[in-house]
Amino acid sequence: MTTSVSVESSFELSRDHEDFRRVVRDFAAEHVAPHSAAWDAAARFPVELVPRMGELGLFGLIVPEEYGGSGGDFTSLCVAIEELGRVDQSVGITLSAGVGLGITPLLTYGTAEQKARWLPDLVAGRALAAFGLTEPEAGSDAGATRTRAVLDEASREWVIDGAKAFITNSGTSITSVITITAVTGRRPDDSPELSTILVPAGSAGLVVDPPYRKLGWHASDTHGLTFAGCRVPEANLLGQRGAGLRQFLATLDDGRIAISALALGLARACLEACVEYAGSRVAFGRPIGANQSIAFAIADLAVAVDSARLLTYRAAALKDRLRAGDGSVDRAQVAAAAARAKLHTSTTAMDAARLATQVHGGSGFIEEYPVARYYRDAKILEIGEGTSEIQRLVIARGLGLPVD
Amino acid sequence: MKIVVCVKHVPDAQGDRRFTDDHTVDREGVDGLLSELDEYAVEEALTIAEARSASGEDSTVTVLCMGPEGATDAVRKALQMGADAGVHVCDDALAGSDALATSKVLAAALRTLEFDLVLTGMASTDGLMSVVPAMLAQRLGLPQVTLAGKVELDGTTVRIERDGDSATEVIEAPLPALVSVTDQINDPRYPSFKGIMAAKKKPVNTLSLADLGLSPDDVGLSAAWSVVEAVAARPPRQAGQRITDEGDGGTRLVEFLAGAKIV
Repeated sequence: MTTSVSVESSFELSRDHEDFRRVVRDFAAEHVAPHSAAWDAAARFPVELVPRMGELGLFGLIVPEEYGGSGGDFTSLCVAIEELGRVDQSVGITLSAGVGLGITPLLTYGTAEQKARWLPDLVAGRALAAFGLTEPEAGSDAGATRTRAVLDEASREWVIDGAKAFITNSGTSITSVITITAVTGRRPDDSPELSTILVPAGSAGLVVDPPYRKLGWHASDTHGLTFAGCRVPEANLLGQRGAGLRQFLATLDDGRIAISALALGLARACLEACVEYAGSRVAFGRPIGANQSIAFAIADLAVAVDSARLLTYRAAALKDRLRAGDGSVDRAQVAAAAARAKLHTSTTAMDAARLATQVHGGSGFIEEYPVARYYRDAKILEIGEGTSEIQRLVIARGLGLPVD
Repeated sequence: MKIVVCVKHVPDAQGDRRFTDDHTVDREGVDGLLSELDEYAVEEALTIAEARSASGEDSTVTVLCMGPEGATDAVRKALQMGADAGVHVCDDALAGSDALATSKVLAAALRTLEFDLVLTGMASTDGLMSVVPAMLAQRLGLPQVTLAGKVELDGTTVRIERDGDSATEVIEAPLPALVSVTDQINDPRYPSFKGIMAAKKKPVNTLSLADLGLSPDDVGLSAAWSVVEAVAARPPRQAGQRITDEGDGGTRLVEFLAGAKIV
């Protein structure tokens, strides 16, 4: 069956979204942009910024009011990620992961007790949560998950052994809980039973490995995790036992739209940097933007950024209609729109970063202008939350192609 | 405690600000926003109201704005920050009003409201005259306590600190009073997403001159006490003189300064 999203092209950002965009833009200009270069150079996670983002309501955008959120829509979250990402990709991913991977699984699958325990601090920005899916041997191929959780019948505790890789927000000084996927048994057909378990930060047997040395996203917090006989209460199971695969697949769809918004922010920043530099940098007696080779390349980028914006907010609008219970939208449509948005926008972001550094010439290669940072930060966008190849696989399967 | 904050909608100082043909500020061609200096007044009002409410006293913040239709954006921003209600005086006859007319209109609007305290910014970021607070206090017969860097209230009096170059003055006045605040007084909050959504449900009362019992002849460009005869753009700044240090840089800098009679 072909999953069609092409008819879904009617959406627009409301006045509220644009008002909110202005607020986040002002916030980013005042509290983020002046520090981004220094945070990047020092590879320092700006933990002090997180509560300020919480005050602005960024972590609670899609959270109901009873947990301190504002009961807003997913589109608002994308607006916030885009605007933060326009000045600082590390801060953008901190928000994106904090909400999409940290808060959303708890909100969607948590019991009343689990939500009451964890959500208020996460929403306020007093704490961050992480999602541990990827393993050294298992990325999008989650069926290959090796981390095991065995229920100790005597103590009613899960005993967890294994390792996770590339886990965002997992090692900050305010990380409160890490949601992990683990094999909790075998199904009748001998396939692994995958479940999701909440591991509080500081649990005995949980080792947070030293931070990675990354190409980009220097000011975001990313660690590997090692579990060695880590024990957590049986009640820390998130959602149903054996539902881990389904739960994380839903999480990934949201994450792809959010990463698309993040990539959109970077692409816009690169476009703006291109226009400004090409209009002011003089070579051979005229601005370099007077050369068609440069002006036309920037014109093409403007079109690509526009189309990326439309794809991103179409996916977000579909997601919002699904959330609102609109029966004419199903999950497959959202997944297809998310994959298309993420594929195109991350490609555009990488192209934009390449062009921006090229337009800046030698200055683009040194850390004097932010475009060098944009270049380093862009690559991960084609990799995280499913590589471009995975997105193409999702899209091709949606078209009904017999692709492996 | 009932607080009214007077706010102005001004052209974005980051934009390309211009005058129109009649030498008034062009409010169409540039994005407008709540004057940044008024954000401090709104923040102070909210801080006071929240503290009073926390101690059990019913407190409200109303924002009052005079301006064309688009000025409702300034009211909305204040409501998004947390103010409870808005009053927008909007009338075509108001275009071109000077400070005297503005204070007359704001005073008339304030007479329709209950208040214990009127707060304003220290100036608007477009006109920058800083006289409306004093005129308003005069018209309403209120104590005027201007340029506050700190505001303290008890039930019946307001006490402010005004920081000068060589001294800090402490000034006290009985309520109701009019207080203008400086940009040193606080750190204005950003509207939260929740605040943006909540603002849509807050009442904004739009009033015309007739609603306030004022005549169009009392306000607007034709009633202004002064007339702007001409507006000329300032010539662009000349490129500075660059001195390259070839061993005598210091001497040449001093020569330049001496030539300009600076040293």
